[in-house]
Amino acid sequence: MVASELTQYVVTGLLVGGVYALMSIGLALIFGVMRVVNFAQGDFMMLGMYLTYYYAVGLGIDPLLGALFTIPPFFVIGLLVHRAFLARVTGGGDPNREMDAQLILTLGMSLIITNATTMILSPTPRGIRTAYATQAFAVGPLLLNQARSYAFAMALLLAAAVYVFLTRTDLGRALRAAADDPEAASYQAINVRAMHGVAFGVGIALVAAAGGLLATYYPIEPTVAVNFIVLMFVAVVLGGLGSIPGAFVGGIAIGLVQSLTLLVLPLQLQNVGVFVAFLVVLYVRPQGLFGRRARTV
Amino acid sequence: MTSRRWRGWVAIGAVVGLGLVLSFTLTERYHHRVLTLVFLWATMGLAWNIISGYAGQISFGHQAFFGIGAYVTVILAAKFHLTPWLGMLAGAGVAVLAAVLIGMPTFRLAGIYFGLATLAYPLIFRIVMEFLGYQEVAIPMVREQPGLFMQFSDPRHFDLLALAILAATLVLSRLVETSRLGYSLRAIKENEQAAEAMGVDSFRCKMIAYMLSAAPAAVVGAVYAHAILFVVTPDAVFGVLVIVQTLTVCLVGGAGTLWGPLIGAAIMIPVSEILDTTVGDRLPGIQGVVYGAALMAVMMYAPEGLYWRVRNTLLARRAASDEPIRPAPVPAAAGPAAATAPAAPGTVLMDVRGVSKAFLGLQALSDVSFDVREGEILGIIGPNGAGKTTLFNVLNGFLLPEGGDVRWLGKSITGLQPHVICRRGVGRTFQVMRLFPRLTVLENVMVGAFAHGGSPDHARARARTALEMVGLVGRADAVPTGLTTLELRLMELARCLVTSPKLLLLDEPLAGLSAEGVELMSAMIRRARASGATVAIIEHTIQALVKLADRLVVLDQGRRLAEGRPGDVTRNPAVIEAYLGKRWLARHGATHAEDLRA
Repeated sequence: MVASELTQYVVTGLLVGGVYALMSIGLALIFGVMRVVNFAQGDFMMLGMYLTYYYAVGLGIDPLLGALFTIPPFFVIGLLVHRAFLARVTGGGDPNREMDAQLILTLGMSLIITNATTMILSPTPRGIRTAYATQAFAVGPLLLNQARSYAFAMALLLAAAVYVFLTRTDLGRALRAAADDPEAASYQAINVRAMHGVAFGVGIALVAAAGGLLATYYPIEPTVAVNFIVLMFVAVVLGGLGSIPGAFVGGIAIGLVQSLTLLVLPLQLQNVGVFVAFLVVLYVRPQGLFGRRARTV
Repeated sequence: MTSRRWRGWVAIGAVVGLGLVLSFTLTERYHHRVLTLVFLWATMGLAWNIISGYAGQISFGHQAFFGIGAYVTVILAAKFHLTPWLGMLAGAGVAVLAAVLIGMPTFRLAGIYFGLATLAYPLIFRIVMEFLGYQEVAIPMVREQPGLFMQFSDPRHFDLLALAILAATLVLSRLVETSRLGYSLRAIKENEQAAEAMGVDSFRCKMIAYMLSAAPAAVVGAVYAHAILFVVTPDAVFGVLVIVQTLTVCLVGGAGTLWGPLIGAAIMIPVSEILDTTVGDRLPGIQGVVYGAALMAVMMYAPEGLYWRVRNTLLARRAASDEPIRPAPVPAAAGPAAATAPAAPGTVLMDVRGVSKAFLGLQALSDVSFDVREGEILGIIGPNGAGKTTLFNVLNGFLLPEGGDVRWLGKSITGLQPHVICRRGVGRTFQVMRLFPRLTVLENVMVGAFAHGGSPDHARARARTALEMVGLVGRADAVPTGLTTLELRLMELARCLVTSPKLLLLDEPLAGLSAEGVELMSAMIRRARASGATVAIIEHTIQALVKLADRLVVLDQGRRLAEGRPGDVTRNPAVIEAYLGKRWLARHGATHAEDLRA
C-alpha cells in the first residue's frame, strides 16, 4: 500500500518533470550559447500557453498539436527579439560592464510581457477543455492522468528532436561550437552573433511548446510565469548552467522533488522542497550535476 | 582635497533640505504620498546599492529584508502591543541576522550563481509566511496613542519619517564610500582575485556590506507597512514588485554611487504613481510595464545609469579642454642599484616542498621543490605551459595543491586564503594584468596600501609615495585604461610594493615592454631588492633574467629541471634541450651566458 502510494508519487513527478525538462532545455540552450540567464523565459512560456489556447478555441486544434504549432512563430519572435534588443547591448558576463545589460533587459521584457498580457487579455484564468484532461490510464494500481501522460510523451519527443538537431545537423553543431568556444568558432566561419539569435529563437520556441503542453492540464493566466521561471532556474542550475542533458535531468528531478515533497510537507509548502533542494545543490555543487568547474587565473 | 571631502556632505545636506522644503510646502495629500514613496524607494535603492552597487554582488532577493522588517514590526505590534519605533529596530536586527545566515553559505557562490541563489530566499519566506497563517496582518489601530504607533493623520509626518531614514542611509552610504571598506568593495567588484591578492578579505567585506544593506531595507519595509500598506501580505512585501522597484530606481539612476538611487527614485516613482492613478483603473498592470520599459530603455541607451552618463559626458568635455596628461618622468638611473647579489646567501624565506597540482588530468606541477632566500632575485624560467603561473597561484593561495607544502618563514601557508598570505608579506603581480579598471591609478594602489590597515588618508599618502617611487605620480588621477603597458606594469608593481611585501612574486613583469621599458623595470626591481625585499620573477626573456637574477629555477612540463646560478643553468644540457634549444647553444656558445651577465 505504502509502496504503491510512493510509486504513484514518483510516476506523477516524472510526468510533470518531463514538461519541466523541455522548458529547462530552452533556458539552458540560451544560457549555454549566449551566457545570459533569460528572465523572460517564463513569460514566453505563458504566451505559448495562450497561443495554444487560441489555436484550440479559435481553430479547434487539439492542444497537443497546437503546442507543436507554437514552435515556428516563437522561433521567429525569438530571432526578432534578439535582433531588436539583445544584440544591441553587451552581455555574456562581460566583466568590464557595470551590469549585465542583457540580463536586466530580459528582466524588463518579462515585466512588460506579464503586465501587458494582464491588461490586454484580463487576469482571468482560462483552461482548455479536452476529453483526456479528466481521464486517467490505469496501470496496475497506478493512475496516470491522460493529459499529463500525453504531454510527457510529447515533451520527450521534442527533447529527442532537440538532441538530434544539436548533434546531427550542421546548424546544431555550429550552435554547440559557438557555445563551447565563441572565438574558435568564429575562426571556423561560424557567425557567432547569428548563432545567438538562433539559440534565442530555439530556446523561446521550446519553452512556448512546453507551455502549450502544460496548458492541457494547467490553468492559463498572465502571472503563471513567476511560478515556473524559478522552477526552470532550479532545474538548469541543478543540471549545471548551460548543460542541455543536465537541464533535462534537472527538469525531471524538479518534478520528482515537487511530487515527493507532498509526502512529507503540506501542499502549500510544495515548492519549499524545490527551493531548498536548489540551495543545497548550489552550496554543495555550484557547477551543477553535469557542469564542469572552470577556473581561470 | 578638503573641499572635495566637504562637497559630498554639503550635497547630502542640500538633498535633505530640499526634502524638508517639499514636505512643508506640498498641500495635497496625494502629493505627500508620492513624496513619501520617493523617499522610501530611494532609501531601498541605497540599501541595495551597498551590496550590489559598490560590491557588485547582484542581489535579486533583497525584498527578503524589506519583508522581514515589515512582518517583524507589524507582528510585534499586533501580538505584543510593541511600538513600531522599537519593532522597527527589532526588524532591522532580525534582517541583519538573516543577512548573516544567508550570506555565510551564499557568498561562497560567485557572479550569477550568487544572484540566482538570492532569488530563492524571499520565495521561501513568502511560502512559509502563508503557511504560518500570516496571509494578511493588519496594523492594529491605536487611536489613543497614534504617534507611538506610527499612525499619523498628517501625511507630512510620514514624509519626515521617510526623509529621516533616507538621510540616515545617505550618511551610511557616504561613510561606506569614503572608508577602507568602500575601496575594498569597489576592488572586489572590479576584480575579486586581484583584490584578494592585495590583502582584501573579500568574504568579510561582502558580509559586512550585506549586513549594512539589510538593516535599512528592513526599516524601509517597516515604514512602508505603516505609511502605505496598512495590511501586510506576503505578496506586498516579499513580492516581485518590491525588488523590481528597487532595481529600477538604482539602475536608472546609476549603481555604485549614492546619487543614483536618489535620481532614479525622483524620476521613476512620480511617473509610475501618476500613471497608476490616472490610467491604473483601466490598465491594471501599467506600473509593471513602466518599470519594465524603463529597465529596457536604460540598458539600451545608458547601461551605466543616468548619473554616470551625465558625469562622464561632463568630465569628457572638461578633459577635452584640458591639456593632455604628460607622461611620467622617468626616474634618474636605478639609484643605489645593487647589481651584485648579497655576499652570503640569506636565510630561507620560502620553502617549496614537493608541490603538485593537476587540472582535469593535466599535471601542471609535479613534485616541485626549491627555496627562496632572503635578499636574492630568483628567476623562474621555463617554456610555455611549464607551470610557472600555476606555481605562483599555489604560492599566493589562489590554488590548493594536491600534494606538497609551501612554508613561509618556517610555517606552512598551504591552504591559507590569498589575502592572509599577502598580509604575511607575500606580494604578487600578474602576467595578464589584473587592474581595477574603474578606479584611478592612485585608488588602484590604495587598495594595496590598505593591506596593513590604516585610514584612507594614510593609505592615500602611502600610495602616492609608491607612485612617486615608480615615477607614475603624474598619472595618479587617470583611469588605468588609458595607460601604456609600461605604466600599467609599473602601477601593478607599486600596488604590490605598497603592501610592504618581504617577497615579491612578479609574473612576467617585462613582457610586452620595449628595451628601455625592460631597463626601467629591471632598475625598479633592483631598487626594490636594495630596499630589503626579496624577489621571485617568472620570465620568458631569458636575456633580461640572466642579467637580473642571482639564481634560476627552470621548470619544464610541471617538473623542476634545474636550479642554480644563471651561468651554470644556461650551460646545463637538459635546460638547453628543453628550453633554449640546440640552435641557441650552437649560435651563442655556453660561455656567452657569462658575457651576458657581465
